[in-house]
Amino acid sequence: MGDPHLGFIIAAYVVAALTIGAMIGWVVLDGRRLNAELARATRALDGARGAKGERQ
Amino acid sequence: MVNLANPTTFVELTRRVLPWLAAATAALFVVGLWLSFAAPPDYQQGETVKIMYLHVPAAWMATFVYAVMAAAALGTLVWRHPLADAAQKAAAPLGAGFTFICLVTGSLWGKPMWGTYWVWDARLTSVLVLFILYLGLIALWRAIDDPGRAARAAAILTLVGAVDLPIIKFSVDWWNTLHQPASVFRLDGPMIAPELLMPLIVMSLAFTGLFLTLHVMAIRNEILRRRIARVTMLAAVKGDRLAPGLAAGGA
Repeated sequence: MGDPHLGFIIAAYVVAALTIGAMIGWVVLDGRRLNAELARATRALDGARGAKGERQ
Repeated sequence: MVNLANPTTFVELTRRVLPWLAAATAALFVVGLWLSFAAPPDYQQGETVKIMYLHVPAAWMATFVYAVMAAAALGTLVWRHPLADAAQKAAAPLGAGFTFICLVTGSLWGKPMWGTYWVWDARLTSVLVLFILYLGLIALWRAIDDPGRAARAAAILTLVGAVDLPIIKFSVDWWNTLHQPASVFRLDGPMIAPELLMPLIVMSLAFTGLFLTLHVMAIRNEILRRRIARVTMLAAVKGDRLAPGLAAGGA
């Protein structure tokens, strides 16, 4: 592929790959963070319920 | 359909569908990229036509995602459905991503073909307006703390901004622009040679699959976010009941 505009083609594919990678990364990492946060919040709720049960 | 709109059902159903959707998208990208690089060069543009396999699907997705958001905005305003709010919010960053790819690849295609990276013609400007709309919607969601109010405000802005979609579509017909007119979706059939059209179709399906996969995942994230808020609030209420003195003290 000895096209004189090869640089433009490569740049377009690199930008698209990076943007798609960023979109995938954003969704996946956000999901992992939220799952960890939900687990932490659930433990806090269970703790509060358990403390209430002990008090009663 | 009504059952699917229940957040719990949605999470359960999509948990089973997501791996298949992601696998199909990855397969479409592999085939699409292989077909794109195997396709012959254009008789006028040479190998530069390969940018089309990214630019055109990204451009279609940029407008398609906004149409999905407009439909979700109706769901928010008319039926006040929480899944419609989540669908709207989850789609905006994805739409911004596709529009960014469309603008940058278009610019990189424009320089060797038109001799310039950018011109303020109707098609390019209306797509830039779409990108700014996406950024504005993302900012609006972040600016309003109450999710219900944020959803309604974003829905109104989305529906007002939807006027940009027909402008993008028909800009090349209504005004004299540097951008070429439609060459695929035409009443008299596509103007592109079948050898170039096939990779374009497969890449468009791959981009559509990518959006569907990421959108479903992002909606699930929004549902999670709401569950976290609910559980945190419940834990705080239980904690307050346990230690009312502590709560009154503003701890």
